[in-house]
Amino acid sequence: MIKVRDMTVAYDSAPVFTNLSIQFEPGKITGIIGPNGAGKSTMIKGLLGLTSKQSGTATLADQPIAKQLKLIAYVEQRAALDLTFPINVLDTVLTGTYPNLGLFKVPGKKEEEAALAALTDVKLAEFNHRQISELSGGQLQRVFVARAIVQDADVIILDEPFVGIDMKSEADIMAILKKWRAAGKTIIVVNHDLNKVTTYFDDLVIINHGVVAQGQTQDVFTKKNITTAFSGDLSNILFDEGEATHE
Amino acid sequence: MNSIALFIDGLTKYNFLQTALITAILVGIMSGIVGSFIILRGMSLMGDAISHAVLPGVAVAYMLGINLLLGASIFGLLAAMLIGFVTMKSQLKNDTAIGIVFSSFFALGFILISMAESATNLHHILFGNVLAVSDQDLITTAIVLVVVVLFVVLFYKELLITSFDNTFARAYGLKTQVLHYGLMMILTLVTVTALQTVGIILIVAMLITPAATAYLLTNKMSSMIMIAATFSVFASVIGLYFSFTFNWASGPAIVLTAAVFFLLAFLFSPKQGIFIKKRAAN
Repeated sequence: MIKVRDMTVAYDSAPVFTNLSIQFEPGKITGIIGPNGAGKSTMIKGLLGLTSKQSGTATLADQPIAKQLKLIAYVEQRAALDLTFPINVLDTVLTGTYPNLGLFKVPGKKEEEAALAALTDVKLAEFNHRQISELSGGQLQRVFVARAIVQDADVIILDEPFVGIDMKSEADIMAILKKWRAAGKTIIVVNHDLNKVTTYFDDLVIINHGVVAQGQTQDVFTKKNITTAFSGDLSNILFDEGEATHE
Repeated sequence: MNSIALFIDGLTKYNFLQTALITAILVGIMSGIVGSFIILRGMSLMGDAISHAVLPGVAVAYMLGINLLLGASIFGLLAAMLIGFVTMKSQLKNDTAIGIVFSSFFALGFILISMAESATNLHHILFGNVLAVSDQDLITTAIVLVVVVLFVVLFYKELLITSFDNTFARAYGLKTQVLHYGLMMILTLVTVTALQTVGIILIVAMLITPAATAYLLTNKMSSMIMIAATFSVFASVIGLYFSFTFNWASGPAIVLTAAVFFLLAFLFSPKQGIFIKKRAAN
């Protein structure tokens, strides 16, 4: 289990959130939702130590996360990468083996087979020699999911994996997340689309400069919580329409 | 053609020309390798900065009579750390921090060198004089090349992942800062070595131009490094020939040759050449 306790992160002295505490359970897909700028990605980065935090602890199995980063696969938001880098799909997936290769070791046959298998899992086997710049947004996201497969981590964190991708890619990625869940891994997904929250996530964390609510999705995804974190208008649209289709 | 025969004849006769040729080749290889990482990491300006920032180190080394590499390395690393420090501790963007630090170092170096004028020749430091390389310099160059190749071979996957996806590298716990300063150290060594062939001002061209040429020609990082080193060697040898034949400064001769290679790749590269692209579009 991942536990975040009393985490405070501030940029230029303005706190993004103070004393935030969350936990993520294995064998579940946990969604993190919240409005733009609510601190979703910052929370993830603070947890991974990618951003310096003013206070708080983050543990995995009661040990500091900083000492077990290799057990966590992090799939960053796609936009941050230089897609003109001279690298093809297979070599990109192979970088997923780096965390578990020792210093001075390079991927060999075994690693290559794992990468090809992962590409088959995300239905991109025939693309292995493509440049990454030649892929669609959805294909690219599946490449990074394949890299996470190869990493064989206990915890997988995906930041906005479904932004700007096609329906098929989204379904393929969701299938992989469910496989991971069945294998008892901890899956954390930062998401901003509220429409599929109830079908995708077992647990849900609602964030707006702090935790608004967390727990099982059916308990947490309520009109009241959405009104608090987002706006009354949005929750009216989401929940009143939901009720209308019931009738 | 007669001048080429003269050049080859000179090579068989003159020890200084043989030393110059071998030095030019070795420097070509190392600047192609390191330059590939510099441009893939978007650090062209940083390469320029470090190469200028070693000047005070060179001056101090002359004054104290210590090893040139040592003096230059200290100032090169110092500049890299200062740039990192200013970027981190202020709202200024990285390129601004680079501009301030390297121009100050260069200015300081210029003054120090003119104070030490008797022992050295500023013109040669700035623009290179490969024909005056000593056998001792050649040995140092060879050692630096071995260090550069070892560094890249041993840390190949770390260099690849930090160049391609630095956040991923940090997320799995790689000490990316250590690697960054390691690469800056290597860059400084290459700079001081390349100082003999192309001079401080034009080193950045040897780092960037052959690597950029290679970038236009391939889609694989390992091939890019090989191609960059190859172009760099050709530019060095051909430039040396021009330098010897027409009595041009070796630095500008080598750099212009490299620029011609780049122009050809820019126009005709099957991957990104502007002519080829136009034809494909029609």
